Amino acid sequence: MDTQAYSGIPGWVRALAVLAVVVVVLPLLAMVLRVDWAQFIPLVTSESSLTALGLSLRTSAASTLLCILLGVPLALVLARDTFRLQGLLRSLVLLPLVLPPVVGGIALLYTFGRQGLLGQTLDMLGLQIAFSTMAVVLAQTFVALPFLVVSLEGALRTSGSRYEAVAATLGARPGTVFRRVTLPLVLPGLASGAVLSFARSLGEFGATLTFAGSLQGVTRTLPLEIYLQRETDPDAAVALSLVLVAVAVAVVALAYRRPAAVRSGSGKRTTAPAPAPGNVQ
Amino acid sequence: MTLSFQAVVAGRGFDVALTVRPGETVAVMGPNGAGKSTLLSSIAGLLRPDSGRAELNGNTLFDLDGEKRTWAPPHHRGTALLAQEPLLFPHLSAVDNVSFGPRSAGVPKRDAKDHALRLLADVEAEHLAGQRPAQLSGGQAQRVAVARALAADPALLLLDEPLAALDIHSAPLLRRLFKRVLAGRQAIIVTHDVLDALMLADRVVILENGRIAEEGPTRAVLERPKSSFAAGLAGLNFIPGSLDGAGVLTSQGLRIAGHEEEAGQSATPACQGVAVFPPSAVSVFLDDAHGSPRNSFTVTITDLEPHGDQVRVRAGSLAADITPAASADLGLVPGMSVHFVVKAAAVSVYAT
Repeated sequence: MDTQAYSGIPGWVRALAVLAVVVVVLPLLAMVLRVDWAQFIPLVTSESSLTALGLSLRTSAASTLLCILLGVPLALVLARDTFRLQGLLRSLVLLPLVLPPVVGGIALLYTFGRQGLLGQTLDMLGLQIAFSTMAVVLAQTFVALPFLVVSLEGALRTSGSRYEAVAATLGARPGTVFRRVTLPLVLPGLASGAVLSFARSLGEFGATLTFAGSLQGVTRTLPLEIYLQRETDPDAAVALSLVLVAVAVAVVALAYRRPAAVRSGSGKRTTAPAPAPGNVQ
Repeated sequence: MTLSFQAVVAGRGFDVALTVRPGETVAVMGPNGAGKSTLLSSIAGLLRPDSGRAELNGNTLFDLDGEKRTWAPPHHRGTALLAQEPLLFPHLSAVDNVSFGPRSAGVPKRDAKDHALRLLADVEAEHLAGQRPAQLSGGQAQRVAVARALAADPALLLLDEPLAALDIHSAPLLRRLFKRVLAGRQAIIVTHDVLDALMLADRVVILENGRIAEEGPTRAVLERPKSSFAAGLAGLNFIPGSLDGAGVLTSQGLRIAGHEEEAGQSATPACQGVAVFPPSAVSVFLDDAHGSPRNSFTVTITDLEPHGDQVRVRAGSLAADITPAASADLGLVPGMSVHFVVKAAAVSVYAT
């Protein structure tokens, strides 16, 4: 590769960049050093730990599915449609990204809780969402949805709508175009968006605690279990944290891995044509 | 079995009425921004005009004038669009790209594939069937795109500068392919290349500023252009004005003498007309030269450029072709004031 190419980065910038890495990596390292390796396996395989891990994985998978189900249509509408107040809608949808999760939890509580906006209606239907596993999934979906929407909308905008236009003139109805052209073209964006949503769901703490509480086996996900253990058994907390770090590393590696050969090859041509307005005006 | 089209797009100053007969290929030419892409997009259903109506083979494409407005979506129109870039679906192999149209129409997988392979053979791309678009050269990809458009069995084929993005080696091959494919097929081809219009189209339509400036058989338009754009395509000097006997009187009061193409047309006074003559008929003099029926106008040279083995002397919208030796003898440079002299016999004058 072109390692000899002139980069033009000043020395002090490099130094600060190294410092940035230290800020991120040093705490992780400190935690790893603190792990009681002899007790590691028993600690992470204790009944409460396994229950929490299982619950975390199940709820995160469910909320990721929910994010895909709701986020794909939303991203498509935001990227391809033009309508009034579109910018406002986009900002609203992205709000959970910057909102403190505990605020999200309170908002959810006053929507789905017994005293909440929909509480009475749900009660009549025999549904009690707050402090149930469903609440965990809802809280996770609330905070994770923007991740999927943002990355998918970006992918949709990059690929443009020219392929869709061609597909339509070839006689494909909108449903066929969506299934056979749009989705395959943005699959990489969708995949990385889904992985990010899953990661965000897995790490969800504040909204879950506020809206779902901390009932073992029902709403106590791994982050809640770690927080609880920290007071009684710090060794277990550290060991479980390491498990979450391992999962996070795997997720990041999956989301940001170098594109596969086929994708990078076709990607060149995919993005090469001039922006959509050139031709499909 | 005809396309009749009339539409107005107010925002773009587009107002065009066009008819394409069965089996006819029409070339649409014009400067950038003249409305060529707007025309194709409106027919294909990718752009909704403000008003107008269009019908293809008895099916209404859109009718935005009547009480009951109708608008057929692109996938119901039978108008396949082939653009400058092939736009092959990058995730599908060449053969799957070609069978996309038939598959969308509900043709069983196996039949669609057989049909696609036959069409790929037609465009000499059978050996590329299993390739991904990223592995194809520009010319190969465009051939596959042609097969894909034909596979959809369109009632009307829309071609938007299909040869413009190709290098000079693949363009001739593809032009021959289009010649074969378009024979007897109802199609509209937008092009910048006069060669495409001559080879591929039965008729040419010149668009200028969102309106049809002139139309007619390609040869006739090039031989007797009535718009400055068509004259430019044919490489002819073009001076509009009002007809004055066997000459044209310009708005600046200059009279260009020529010979009338059709006798008697100047009977109507103040009729608009043009004087047209090739640059090769123009001589360049430093002094005013009069004599046998000649036109002489004082011009200022704007550019000198090589043109084949001649030098093209440009003065505004007029051009003269002279030999490099003559150019050197006269010491021509841009900014110089010279006389363009052209024999009246070389100037065609006709009404527009």
